[in-house]
Amino acid sequence: MHEMGIAMQVAEIVRSSIPPDMTDARVERINLRVGRLAAIVPSSLRFCFEVIAKDTPFSDAVLNIEEVPVVAKCNDCQHEWTIEGPAFSCTACKSGSIVIMSGRELEIASIEIAD
Amino acid sequence: MEIKVVRKVLDANNTMAAQNRKLFAEKKVFVLNMMSSPGSGKTATLERTLSLLMPEVKTAVIVGDICTSNDADRLAKSGAPVIQINTGDLSGGDCHLAAHIIADAASNLDLGNLDLLIVENVGNLVCPAEFDIGENARTVVLSVTEGEDKPLKYPLMFRVCDTAIVNKIDLLPYLDYDIHAAVSNILQVHPQMPIFQLSAKTGHGFDAWLNWLKRQLLI
Repeated sequence: MHEMGIAMQVAEIVRSSIPPDMTDARVERINLRVGRLAAIVPSSLRFCFEVIAKDTPFSDAVLNIEEVPVVAKCNDCQHEWTIEGPAFSCTACKSGSIVIMSGRELEIASIEIAD
Repeated sequence: MEIKVVRKVLDANNTMAAQNRKLFAEKKVFVLNMMSSPGSGKTATLERTLSLLMPEVKTAVIVGDICTSNDADRLAKSGAPVIQINTGDLSGGDCHLAAHIIADAASNLDLGNLDLLIVENVGNLVCPAEFDIGENARTVVLSVTEGEDKPLKYPLMFRVCDTAIVNKIDLLPYLDYDIHAAVSNILQVHPQMPIFQLSAKTGHGFDAWLNWLKRQLLI
């Protein structure tokens, strides 16, 4: 529901990541990492970004979204596993004391500029 | 040519949230972010919470809604300073309160004269979970007129919160709601989470909730 705001932030970060000396830069691809626990719908983000990117150096850029799995680690037995459904106890020892190692990402990894 | 960026999209919000957190710590104000779906009874829970805390615990409220000042009007009757944020207009608006909105609102409060600031977020179980506002603790409110499986449908919200309130328990005799299933679903998503079953209407169950809240103020 807040994908428009997120798209605006993405645009802002992409704009500031284009080296200032590259005056005619065309961004071809934006590589995003989005955790599976992040409250983002990739198709909505793509739609909003298209609207925001109009008439910018990244108007034709592909938003490449890498989904990051939710990986947890048990504080008691150190077991690491990938969480698939909404269950957050250790699959080895049943402990509820766990840390989420990945899956909340919402970050821009890189941008690719046309040569 | 690939240019490494590696920046969090919510960097701007997170930076602002860190500033808020620092300011609240300096002023010794404990900040609680209350979130829920619309209609779970956040405002009613707060009304009773304020009536039991004030004036002993000096409390203020920031309340976020897309439209109207109805909630602020209700909460102001407690005597607590209340700031209403409207995130949009008639056509809808922001689905959450962001850190910069809280910074603006807090600048209108006498923080030095407060123990507790409660933020009643926009009714929504999705977006507010993603936005740090500089709070010290988060509470999610659900009610027995919703599905028992809400925690499973919105796991992020129940993961990021520190406590859960199950409200409207006075209605249990009239509903098919399975409160044991609801509690078990919360614990499946967030094992060991403190859960307060209460009724904002009758006041039943408020002792445990208020004891938890008061303990946080001492930490």
